Amino acid sequence: MKSPILQAIDLKKTFSIRKTWNKVQSFEALKGISFSIEKKKTLGLVGESGCGKSTLARILVGIVEPTSGEVLIDGKSVQSMDSSEYRKKIQMIFQDPYASINPRKNAGTIISEPLVINSTLSKQEIRDRCLSIMSEVGLRPEFYQRYAHMFSGGQRQRIGIARALMMNPSIMICDEPVSALDVSIQAQVLNLLMKIQDEHELSYLFISHDLSVVRHIADDVIVMYLGEIVEKGTRQQVFYETKHPYTKALLESTPHIRPSEVSSKRKLIRGEVVGHVSVQGCSFQSRCPLVVDRCKTEKPELRQADSGHFFSCHVVQ
Amino acid sequence: MKPLLEVQNLSVQFDTLRGKLPAVQQLSFSVTEGEVLGIVGESGSGKSVANLALMGLLPKSSHVSADTLRFQDFDLLRLSSKQRRSVRGGLISMIFQDPMSSLNPCYRVGSQIEESINIHQPEVDSSHRRQHVEQLLQAVGIVDVERVYRSYPHELSGGMCQRVMIAMAIACNPKLIIADEPTTALDVTIQAQILELLAKLNREKKMSMILVTHDIGVVVEHADRIMVMYAGQAVETGKVDEVISHPQHPYTQALLHALPGYHSEREHRTPLPSLAGLVPDLIHRPQGCLLSPRCPFVQDRCKSEEPSIEIVSGRVCRCFYPLGSSGDPS
Repeated sequence: MKSPILQAIDLKKTFSIRKTWNKVQSFEALKGISFSIEKKKTLGLVGESGCGKSTLARILVGIVEPTSGEVLIDGKSVQSMDSSEYRKKIQMIFQDPYASINPRKNAGTIISEPLVINSTLSKQEIRDRCLSIMSEVGLRPEFYQRYAHMFSGGQRQRIGIARALMMNPSIMICDEPVSALDVSIQAQVLNLLMKIQDEHELSYLFISHDLSVVRHIADDVIVMYLGEIVEKGTRQQVFYETKHPYTKALLESTPHIRPSEVSSKRKLIRGEVVGHVSVQGCSFQSRCPLVVDRCKTEKPELRQADSGHFFSCHVVQ
Repeated sequence: MKPLLEVQNLSVQFDTLRGKLPAVQQLSFSVTEGEVLGIVGESGSGKSVANLALMGLLPKSSHVSADTLRFQDFDLLRLSSKQRRSVRGGLISMIFQDPMSSLNPCYRVGSQIEESINIHQPEVDSSHRRQHVEQLLQAVGIVDVERVYRSYPHELSGGMCQRVMIAMAIACNPKLIIADEPTTALDVTIQAQILELLAKLNREKKMSMILVTHDIGVVVEHADRIMVMYAGQAVETGKVDEVISHPQHPYTQALLHALPGYHSEREHRTPLPSLAGLVPDLIHRPQGCLLSPRCPFVQDRCKSEEPSIEIVSGRVCRCFYPLGSSGDPS
C-alpha cells in the first residue's frame, strides 16, 4: 500500500461576509474536501472561478486556517509542526507572476528569502544555493541583481519557482502557474515544472482551469464545483470514463484544436455558477441537464464507480 | 465578390521615449460578408492595435498608414470625425475583452444600450427604444430582461456583462463585429455559451466578424479563416482547416505544438516543444526575418533578408522556406 505524502481530511472553510448594517452572512467556500497525494505524483484540480480552488491551496500551505478538518503531511498533522518545519515540506507557486514578486527587491533577495528566514546557513551558502537553483530553472547568474520590472512574465514565474525550490520541499502547490502566460511561454514553464518534479522528486497539487494542461501533466484529477468535489479519479477515469454531468460539461465546453475533433452537436450547459447561496440538494442542480426531483431535496454523496473513481450524482449510474 | 472590409499594408507606429515602435507592419487582410476571420497571436503581436486602428480608437501618439483601408465604400483613413462616429457603432462595432470594466459603472445597463440607438437612430422614440433594448437582451439569451435592464454592471456576473456588451454591439445591426478576446475573462462553460451566441448572430444576421484571440481552439471552432500574427506582422493566413492541419509557417507550427491539447494521449507528460527565447523588441528589431532568432529551421538567408508575403494556392505565408505537409521545410 502506497502511503500518501499529503492528506486533506474533511476540510471546511466558512467565510463571513459583512453586509450593509453589519449584517453578517456566512459563505461556505469549502464543504468538506478530502483527498490525498502520493509521493512524486501530480494531482490536478479543475473547476471554474469561485469553486474554492485557491482557498483550498491557501489552506494547504497554511495561509488560511480551515474552519474544520485537518491537513496531514507524511501522516503528521501540520498543526503540530512548527512553521519552519512546515515550510520545508510544502511550498507554493502563485498565479500572477506580476503580483507575487516584490518590486522593490532584486531577484536574488526574493529567491533567498525563504532560507534567510528558515535556516541557519551563512550568507555565502545561501547565495551559492540561490545561484544553483537559478541556473536550474533557467535564470542566468547576472539576473541575481535585477529587479522584477526587468523580467518578462515567464522569467518572473521562474523566479517564483526558484523561490519555492529553495526550501527543498517535498510538495508544491501550483495555483494556476501558467494561466497568465502566453502559449509558447506556457509550454516552457510546464516543461520546467515537469523537469524539476523528476529531479527533486516533488509531489504537485496542480490547480488550473485549463483542462488540456491538466490532462497533460496530472496523474490524478479532482473536479470541484462550488466548494465540493464532484468527481475524482485517475486522469484516465476522469477524462475518458467521465461520470459527473459537470465534468462532461467542462470537457464539452473546452474548444478543440484539431478540426477533426470539433463536433457540431455539442451540448452546452445553461446558466452560470450560483454562489453565496446555500441550496438544498445537489449544488449543480440549477445547471444540470439531467436534473430530477431527487436532486432538489437530497444531497448526493460521493460514490465509487471503479476502484479509486468517485463521483457525486444521483442520476448517473 | 467585393470584400466588406479590405486592408492593405496597414502600418501603425507609436512614438515612444525610446524611439519609434512599429506595432503593426504591412498588414493585409480582408473580410467578406458573413465571414468570420480569426486573428491569433501572443501578447504584443499587434492584434488589438490593428483593430483599434480600424475603429479609429488609437491615441494621438500613433501614426496609422495604409494603402487601402476600405469598409464598404468608406475610406476609413479619410473619414471626418462625424462620419467616423456614424460608422463606429453603426456599421462596425466592437466587443472588448473585459466586460466588467468596459461598461460604465454609473449607469444602468439598459440606458447604456439605449445610448447607441439614440445616437445612431435618433428618429426612434423612447418607448420603441425601450422595446428594442428588451428584444436585444432577449436575443443575447438573457431570461429576466426586466431585472437586467434596470441593473448596474456590478450587479451582473462577467458572463451577463459580456451578453450586455454584445447586445450593445448589435443594437444598430452592424455589418461587422470586431470581438477582441471576447471570452478571455470568462470561465469555459460561459465561454462556450458566449461563442455559441456570437456564432448564432453570424449565422442568422449574416454579421461578419473579426475574432481576435490567443486561444487557437476558439478560432478552430468558430472561424472560417485564420490569420496568425507575430511581432506586428501577419505570418500566415488561410482557411482554418488547412492552416491547422498543415501549417506552412514555422511560427504557426510552433504555436500549435506548444499547446498541450494538440498532443495525443501517448505523449502524456512528455516535454512540449516550444520556441526558445522571447518575442523580439520591436524598437531594436532583429535583422532579416523577425522569427529568425527563434526559428528551428533558420537558414543564412533568413538572418539578412526579410521575407515578403508569398501567396501559394490561396494561402498566404511570410517565409522563405515554407513547411511542407510533413512538417519540415520543403
